[in-house]
Formats: sequence, structure tokens, C-alpha cells
Amino acid sequence: MTTRPLIPSVPTRTDGPFSAAYAQLESREQAVAPAWLTALRRAGNAHFCELGFPTTDHEEWRFTNVAPIAALPTHSPEKREVDRSELERFTFGQMPTYRVVFIDGSFSTTLSSSELLDEGVEIHSLKTAAQSNLGWVQKHLGQYARADENAFVALNTSMMEEGAAIRIKANQHVKTPIHLLFVSTSNQAGATTHPRVLIVAERGSEARILESYESLTDGSTLTNAVTEIVMEEASHLEHCRLQQESTSAYHVGTVHAHQSRSSNLITHSISMGGRIARVNINPVLDAEGCECVMNGLYVVDGDQLVDHHTAIHHAKPRCNSHEFYHGILDGNSQGVFNGKIFVRPDAQKTDAKQTNRNLLLSDGATIQTKPQLEIFADDVKCTHGATVGQLQEEAVFYLRARGIGKEAARRMLVHAFASDIINRISIEPVRVELDQIMFDLFERERSA
Amino acid sequence: MLEIKNLHAQVEGKKILKGLDLRIQPGEVHAIMGPNGSGKSTLAQVLAGRNEYEVTEGEVLYNGHNLLDLEPEERAREGVFLAFQYPVEIPGVNSTYFLKAAFNEVRKHRGEPELDALDFLSLVKEKMKVLELPQSLLNRPVNEGFSGGEKKRNEIFQMAVLEPKLAILDETDSGLDIDALRLVAEGVNKLKRPDNSQLIITHYQRLLDYIVPDFVHVLYDGKIIKTGGKQLALDLEERGYDWLLEEYRAQTPSQQPSLAGAR
Repeated sequence: MTTRPLIPSVPTRTDGPFSAAYAQLESREQAVAPAWLTALRRAGNAHFCELGFPTTDHEEWRFTNVAPIAALPTHSPEKREVDRSELERFTFGQMPTYRVVFIDGSFSTTLSSSELLDEGVEIHSLKTAAQSNLGWVQKHLGQYARADENAFVALNTSMMEEGAAIRIKANQHVKTPIHLLFVSTSNQAGATTHPRVLIVAERGSEARILESYESLTDGSTLTNAVTEIVMEEASHLEHCRLQQESTSAYHVGTVHAHQSRSSNLITHSISMGGRIARVNINPVLDAEGCECVMNGLYVVDGDQLVDHHTAIHHAKPRCNSHEFYHGILDGNSQGVFNGKIFVRPDAQKTDAKQTNRNLLLSDGATIQTKPQLEIFADDVKCTHGATVGQLQEEAVFYLRARGIGKEAARRMLVHAFASDIINRISIEPVRVELDQIMFDLFERERSA
Repeated sequence: MLEIKNLHAQVEGKKILKGLDLRIQPGEVHAIMGPNGSGKSTLAQVLAGRNEYEVTEGEVLYNGHNLLDLEPEERAREGVFLAFQYPVEIPGVNSTYFLKAAFNEVRKHRGEPELDALDFLSLVKEKMKVLELPQSLLNRPVNEGFSGGEKKRNEIFQMAVLEPKLAILDETDSGLDIDALRLVAEGVNKLKRPDNSQLIITHYQRLLDYIVPDFVHVLYDGKIIKTGGKQLALDLEERGYDWLLEEYRAQTPSQQPSLAGAR
């Protein structure tokens, strides 16, 4: 890609615990890691040292001050045994799934689905995949997410050790959803994981993948995740990212998707916030006839901050992207939505649509919303709209005119505002449970 | 059932209803006709309780109670139903869920037990047949993506489920093709009972071919200027409103009513 965001003006000192953690990893891995992985990590570290943590002078981080993250006493979490029963609430009513569980960043054989699988899919822990030098992993890992631009991607790349490598084989339709479950158990401030996921959807394949990030305690942990998605020709993928860690947690997540001809990607990002939760989603539509749908919902309260930065790169002609993000903010929470759409000169007949709607439920809640369209082709259709406000009074009246009380009508509409996004998730147990969570949050008093 | 006395109402400081009188007995069907801007929809909105419409004078008695003292939801629970001219799309609210909530609010208000999901569903399916609405509509969000005709039929469907005592149909016929119009009218006619009443607001006589009113009123300049039987609607269809308006102006020479801006 040719688009280059601004480089932060003030690199942060990186000779603290973050550098120490890298040095430890490097020496620990010296004997076992394949050379190509060591090289990737080294390059990541070099970028991280160069970039440093961004400051609010950086255009991409204007409203999200990551100084508290930079100041964390980062360290690998202590190993802790987790019983299967503790995870029950994260498993969507035991939905049939290929579940891969990571406890504090480490792959758990005992908690993950034991038998594999559909013939159409390969799932490996990243560590195993790297150590066995799987060709497709070596080929794709680290080739898409921009370690040279984004300090958190660079940091993740320098520290990547565990996560998942998933390959959907050509022309295979994998019907059972794949669930990557990342659980933080530590209550130690600064307990850090850098999960790394690689998804390769081969030509004509189809799959649904859920990544969920959860906490068992309310420690100020840091999760800095990166997912790379490679979509070959005519592949279909639904990717659902659910972040619902504790309100003290720090979370930075980046999804980078690279789409080939006629591929079809649906992403959902559901974020329930954290002390700071920042999600970047960057699809690159790099061949003709790609489609990309991006749905998002953020729901925050208290002193939480949730920030979504999405960037859709239309690089080739005749691609469609549709983006729908809803935010519900209460208490003194802060929200940020920045939606970029880049249309390159030869991306004629691009059809891009972006909508970001926000409900502010309190006087203390704020939202910064910014559509950012950079269009260098002339025969395109690009629309965007952002709204910030309260509930639509006409809808409230309509419900009241049918006998539903004012407060109940309001609660119903807030829930509906969330459901409007949730309903787009095709994995039924996930959709049903998330909708129940929204019902409990916004509408429960009604039925009480 | 309903008694409106000298009703004056305004919206954003603009006077729209200027002394409207109307009496509806149980079992009666009344039609209100009138040119654009005469105040027809304002009357509907005032009766339903929209607070943008300010009542400055007069009163509305509904079964002996002051209707204007009630919140919109209380009016609905007491049996007042407005079929909206422009039904609102509510993304994210499932139609069945919405209707069940409304239905049970009415039941609760009447001191009747609430229906569970299964019983409610069978009741709803029964009512749907009447209006020839597709059952898939029940799983869709309220009015979202419905065609104009489906939205209007959905209003009458809601009316069939909620069984109001006083139904106000605000231009339910507008935008309907003749088949849809017939379905809507049949639906309305099936709901007619000796103890309930209907107030049909329309711009055209067409609907009244199917729903036969006991009384036809002409609303103009915020007042009812003529009341007659169903023949009046036919006369208006044939001759237009001008002759009536001239008659009216001749009676009240000092006033030069303006149509502009009124809704």
C-alpha cells in the first residue's frame, strides 16, 4: 500500500520493561525458534524501537492516550491452572465448535477441542506451526500487518510466540465455527499477552471464525493482539471479534485482511470496552470483485475508553465495502470511531458505504467520530454518515402509542440499537447470547 | 365513546385546530375528509398524545375521562389506537416481540393474565390470515424494509391484535393500490363491533367504497364545516371541495383562511 500515515513525532523510551521482555524472549527462544521467525521478531523489535509508543500528537492516536499502557510493568503472566468449568460462560452454551483455548497467552491442550476435525481445515497452535516450519505459515506470517507503521503491531511481532494458525483448504466449506478463546486470568498489573493469529482462507473456501477475549479477574492486564487474514480467490470468511475483558484491562487489537479476487469478508467487532480498548481493522481489497462488510458495536460505561480505527483500502476496481458501526456510551465513558476509506486511482466502480451511529445515554459520555474518505478515482460511489445523539423520538412515540411505557420503550430501543448489529452475526449461539447480554444490560428491568 | 369539544391545537406556535367539535357513539364509523392542510393529521396526533401538538383550548372526553390528561401509552391501554399515516421503521426490534409487549401491556391494564409466547403466536397467526400478510414479517424488525402497502397492512394487523375500542386511521389508504386497499378495508370491517368505533381520516372517497361510514365530516381551517351521511363523500368526490369552501366563506366573510403551512 502506498498510503502512509503520519509517524509519531515523539518516540517513547523503549528501554524499560517492554525491551526487557523482548530480550528475555529472544534469549529463551534462541535455541528453538526457526531462523525466519527470529528474523521477523527482530524486525518487529527494530520497528518498535524506532516508532515507540504513540503519543496524542500522532494523528492516529489523538483521542486515545496510551501513556498508561507504556507505563505498565509488562511481564509474562504466571502460569495458572484453569478448570473447564471456569470457561463455561465463554463458550456460548457449549456450542458445537472447534475450540482453541489460550490461558494467559499459552495454548491449552486440555481445554481445547480434542478431536479434529473437518478434513477441510487445519488448526495449529502458532508455536507448533512455527517450530514445524509449515510452509504456508512461513509464507504469510508477518507479511500483512504493518509493523513499520503501527507500534502495537511492531510490539506484537517482536513478541509473537503463541496464537493460532488456521488454514481453510481450497474449496472446502467448514460448517462448524472455529472459536479462538483467549482468557486472561492474572490480577497482576501489566501481565501481558501478545496473541498472534494467522488465517489463510484458500481459494473457494468458506468458514466462520470467532475470536473472543475474556478475563477471569479484573487485573490491569494488557492484551496486544494481531490477526492476519489472507483470503485467496473466491473465498468466504466471517470473522467475529469479541472483546469483553474486565473494565481494568488494556486491549489493543489489530486485524489486517488481505483480499484476493472475488473474495468475500464479513467482520464483526463487538467491544465491551476496558480501561482502554483500541481495535484497528484494516481490510485491503486488492483484486477485482471483492466484497467486505464490517459491522461493529461498542458498549461502554463508567470510565472506559473504546476506540475503533478502521481503514478500508480499495486498491482495485469493482469492489464493495459496507461498514456499519454502532456505539452506546454511558457514564463518563469515551468513544472514538475513525473510519477511513481509501480509493486508489485504478479502483474505479468502487462502492463504499460507511455508517457510524452513536447513542449517548448520559451527559458525561463522549464520542469522537470521524469519517475519513480519500478518493483518487473518479467513477466511484462513496457515502458516509455519522450520527451522535439520543433516541429517535418518533420511534419512542410509536411504541408508546401501542401501550408500551416511556421508559420501557426507551430501553427497548437502546437494546434494538445494539441488536441491529448483533443480528448480523450468522453464528447463531453467539448471536443469541450477545443479544441476551444486551437485553440484560438495557432491557432487563422491563421484564422484572 | 368520544366527545371533542371546541378543540384548539397548535404546533410550533402555528394554530391548526380552531374549535373542533365531534361526537362519536359506540359502534359508529366516522369519516373525516378535507383538503390538504385542513388539520386532519393534527387531530389524529392530538388524540394519540403526541406532545409536539399543544392543546390550547377545549377538551376531549373518552368514555367520560379527560383523554388529554393521559400519556400516550395510557391512551393505548385504554383502547385508543392510531394507525399511523407514516409507520415508523424500528430496526432491531422484532415485530413479534414488540407486538407481544404491547398486547400484554393492554392485558395487564385490563387486569387480564398475560399471554405466553406460544398462545400469543397462535393468536397472531390467526389474525395475519385476515390481512394476507406473510408470516415472515413476524421475524422481521418492526416495519423495516416493508413496502408502503405492507406498512399500512401491518398497522391494521396490529389493530386486529390489540382490539382497540377507538381506532383512528390516519390516511391508511394513501399509497395503497386497489388490492391492498381492499385487504385493509376488509380487515377494518371485520374488526367492527357494536361496542367499538372507528374514525377514518382520508383524503379520498375511494376507501369509503369499502368502509361505509355512518357519518362524513369535512374538516377545513381547523373546524368541521359540514357533516353528512355517506352521500356527502360521494358528492365531494364528484364536485371537489370548492363549492363547500365557498359556502363556508360566505358564512364567515370576515375570515380569509389560509391553507398554507397547516398540516
